[in-house]
Amino acid sequence: MAYRWRPDLTQADVTPQRDFLNRRNLTKGMVGLGLVGIGTALVSTPLAAAQSNEPNKWEEITGYNNYYEFGTDKSDPAKNAHQLTTSPWSVTIDGLVDRPARYDLEDILVKMTIEERIYRLRCVEGWSMVVPWNGFELADLLNMAGVQSAAKYVAFETMLRPDEMPGVSYPVLDWPYVEGLRLDEAMHPLTIMANGIYGKDIPNQNGAPLRLVVPWKYGFKSIKSVIRITLTDREPPTSWNKANPREYGFYSNVNPQVDHPRWSQASERPIGGGLFAQRMPTQRFNGYEREVGSLYDGLDLSKYF
Amino acid sequence: MLSALHNWVRRVPVWSVYLVLAIPAVYFFYLALTGALSIEPIKALEHKLGEFGLQLLIFGLFITPLRRYLGLNLLRFRRAIGVMTYYYITLHLLVWLILDVQVPSAILQDIVKRPYITIGMLAFVGMTPLAFTSNSYAVRKLGQSWRKLHRLVYVIAVLGAVHFIMLVKGLQFEPIIYLGVILTLLALRLKS
Repeated sequence: MAYRWRPDLTQADVTPQRDFLNRRNLTKGMVGLGLVGIGTALVSTPLAAAQSNEPNKWEEITGYNNYYEFGTDKSDPAKNAHQLTTSPWSVTIDGLVDRPARYDLEDILVKMTIEERIYRLRCVEGWSMVVPWNGFELADLLNMAGVQSAAKYVAFETMLRPDEMPGVSYPVLDWPYVEGLRLDEAMHPLTIMANGIYGKDIPNQNGAPLRLVVPWKYGFKSIKSVIRITLTDREPPTSWNKANPREYGFYSNVNPQVDHPRWSQASERPIGGGLFAQRMPTQRFNGYEREVGSLYDGLDLSKYF
Repeated sequence: MLSALHNWVRRVPVWSVYLVLAIPAVYFFYLALTGALSIEPIKALEHKLGEFGLQLLIFGLFITPLRRYLGLNLLRFRRAIGVMTYYYITLHLLVWLILDVQVPSAILQDIVKRPYITIGMLAFVGMTPLAFTSNSYAVRKLGQSWRKLHRLVYVIAVLGAVHFIMLVKGLQFEPIIYLGVILTLLALRLKS
């Protein structure tokens, strides 16, 4: 049962890439001429682009990543992730399900309806992008395995292959990377498993061959290269929460009112604005409050951050 | 070998050290403007300038042990290295203020509320009197107290490395290595 959610913007709203590039060249050219003072007037164009949900360029989406299994620099994943073997791939779905099994990715994809979802992505570090994902709703996958009534949470695990992942020889995090959602969050129509970007196969640095995308939470919740999905009755451990519980909560909903202890979350810098990019205000639930706000009725969001 | 090196070092004019050390900053700005530094050039530039400043600071601290343990005398260049450290840290601060945080009220809040920024600011404030007394007039005028004042550089270096450790996510080695080197240099200095 796909197409439960319709974006308020479609490709028809997207500025042609040609114009987008031209505007940037203009900005660069002016700066190059030493007209830096005009910078403030010019930077409003990329900002407007970000605010209108114009997807980022392929090079931005695939060249600026956090995927610590391949290194901690933003450019490391693009350099190193090609080493990961993504085919064949299977996803084990187990725990409180009727049909626990190791599912071949190919078999999964045959059964799912792939659709495009243009989502905002807000990193906990204070930057953001707009990504045109291709994927299917996680709910469909979970229903395929048959969720039992006792299940309350979903735990996810990333592939761990030290031979192919140079970053895991450093104890930056407790490998493998694990994440989790409440069952109602996992079943929400906005929550998808993505296997593509811009209609192409998802690149390894973005979490190939299959990754979670939860657009109203900080990016690190959207776990990459998923090999296991476990339905449980208790809140599963999550990697960043284990590493620093004071800074990263289980929920990690985007919230401009709840600061990260080391920086404010009130604003974000859209990627693609260059050296003079302006910040823009961060929205509650990353702009998806209308869709998901009711999931958290009565929950103290500053306590359950 | 060492005397050949000394002969060569003696011929290097001090002003050229200022010039050579100023070039990386210009180059970083150029890369950031053309998009070659990173897809997100603001943070990248900020980090590059800060890291280069920290490296220069450590290089400056190496000059005494180099002379003492290897007999290599680079004392002539120490002032240039110190002043250029201040230049890089000032640029690092300016990029953070103007390009990164942008909003003046947020800047003040960050300095007060975020320990890693408080520590970074302390290090910068601590460096300021050192930079402004890095001239022969101040050395003459201050006499013995000049040496005492400039020992502050060890405190500043430790603050700088701690600032770096605190700003990264998760347990990362690079900033810890910087702190290790600084503490080793400090220990060498205290021993003698």
